[in-house]
Amino acid sequence: MKKLVLVGMMVLLASCAKGTKEETKAGVEDKSSAPAVPVTKPLEGEDTAGKPAAIDPRLRDPNNILSKRTIYFDFDSYVIKEEFKPVIQAHSKYLSENKAARTTVQGNADERGSREYNLSLGQKRAEAVKKAMQVLGVEEVQIEAVSFGEEKPACTDANEACWTKNRRSDLVYQGE
Amino acid sequence: MRSFFTRVAPDRRGFTAVLLVLLLALALRPAGAALTIEIVGSGANQIPIAIAPFAGEDRLPQKVTEVVSADLQRSGLFRLVNANVIPTPAEPAEVNFADWRGRGVEALAIGSATPLADGRYEVRFRLVDVVKQTVLAGYTYTVGANQLRAIAHKIADVIYEKLTGDRGVFGTKIAYVVKQGKRYELQVADADGFGSQAILVSNEPIISPAWSPDGSRLAYVSFEKRKPIVYVQYLGTGTRQVVSNFKGSNSAPAWSPDGRRLAVVLTKDGISQIYLISADGSNPVRLTSSASIDTEPYFSPDGQYVLFTSDRGGSPQIYRVPVGGGTPERLTFEGSYNVSPRYSPDGRSFTFIQRNGGQFNVAVQDAASRQATVLTDTGLDESPSFAPNGKLILYATEVRGRGVLAAVSSDGRVKQRLSTQQGDVREPAWGPFTKRSQ
Repeated sequence: MKKLVLVGMMVLLASCAKGTKEETKAGVEDKSSAPAVPVTKPLEGEDTAGKPAAIDPRLRDPNNILSKRTIYFDFDSYVIKEEFKPVIQAHSKYLSENKAARTTVQGNADERGSREYNLSLGQKRAEAVKKAMQVLGVEEVQIEAVSFGEEKPACTDANEACWTKNRRSDLVYQGE
Repeated sequence: MRSFFTRVAPDRRGFTAVLLVLLLALALRPAGAALTIEIVGSGANQIPIAIAPFAGEDRLPQKVTEVVSADLQRSGLFRLVNANVIPTPAEPAEVNFADWRGRGVEALAIGSATPLADGRYEVRFRLVDVVKQTVLAGYTYTVGANQLRAIAHKIADVIYEKLTGDRGVFGTKIAYVVKQGKRYELQVADADGFGSQAILVSNEPIISPAWSPDGSRLAYVSFEKRKPIVYVQYLGTGTRQVVSNFKGSNSAPAWSPDGRRLAVVLTKDGISQIYLISADGSNPVRLTSSASIDTEPYFSPDGQYVLFTSDRGGSPQIYRVPVGGGTPERLTFEGSYNVSPRYSPDGRSFTFIQRNGGQFNVAVQDAASRQATVLTDTGLDESPSFAPNGKLILYATEVRGRGVLAAVSSDGRVKQRLSTQQGDVREPAWGPFTKRSQ
């Protein structure tokens, strides 16, 4: 099924890039004289190849706190609020008990200002979560803090209620 | 190709304002990707010039003088005088100097275009000083139909340089990112927005394109692996390589003037800090060491300093540090948000984004006097970069919630806006001069 989706996406990309429907390969054979245009591949297709899809069902169970993955921050703040501490504790415990598990903390920022500066602000939100989890026993090798800056807003309206939703860190496990 | 002209009232600075709107169908893009260019304001002393239609250019797929006129008009430094006289001069001997002087013209461009047996065209061009009655420049080019725009830009560059003393940038390239739905394209286009070509297509964000000093490569940040990674891509072949994929985030690439090194921002040791790496990604050396955010590095043209944004003083401000390391020096003091610095090509000033109230505007600061001047009033400006002649600053802004590209002259007098009809356009970077071919 995943392969079908991947091929479908590549066909879609190729037809978009060329404006024709015959060609089914990704845009690399675009124009005889022009250089190849790299078309990035969705990560899922690469990652799952040869790997067991071993997502612990507890991470997806809506009744389990481990299904809660988002930590919100106040404006201009990188302090983990009291209400999110149980979430961080639960994931730290899970990672401590499952040494093979790997997680990425994806930090985000609201939309105003420089994209690169916002990337760094999102990184601070990711680092805050990573540090808190390391204090609780998560090993360095198990966790990576990265930032999406303002590039992946959860909400795109230009108002404070919306920006609040974008000042967040998301926990994503390897294989998801 | 369609085009139309519209007049508007003077802008708020009170300059004589002409709004020129060119609605242009892009030759190499599917229908719908048309580009609009608007110009507001003008230079202090516009040079009156006439561009006579080149003899025989009606038969070309692209009229050369149409492109030349649009280039010169857009710079704001020229006043284009109607050149529709019959018979139209094509050679200096055919020029009635008294008549052109009577029209208030100081310079006149004339020329011809002749189809050759092999399907190419011979384009001849002369720039005539109407007052001194001399030929200032003359070139003959043999080109294919697909090079007519490029030759027109070259002619505009010759005229610009002869009459202003500064090198023209009409023949240079710009890079930018277009977001359409969930699709991101890194595109390269001529400086007038024509001839755009996607060089990378992705379903994940692309930011921070940076031209190598020789124009052969673009460094950029792609999120295609669900984290920011720095790539370098060769424009000639489309091949690319990962140059920075350390644990954490990798971003904000900037080239050293010799093209051998990149400054990048890494988080492998915690918070965002600036590192220098070789252009192939090897030998990372940490340049800044703070407990704060250090990002957006940019080399000085002499390669001696790196400008960057840091919030070490409590708010994001612009600093510079010697490229060999040392104590950073704070350069901006006005306001609580100064970001995205880039040096002018001569290193005598830098452009940046300054927030005033809720407004983000393009500003320049003189390196010697440290005087900062806000150049724009567009309000949501990002990513300013100088044209390689230092006369214009290209930046991203928003109009009715949509990302568009805009440019402002470095003295703030001439403003123009470029936008594609569809999608969000952002993250522009003006490419370097190409080598002179004559």
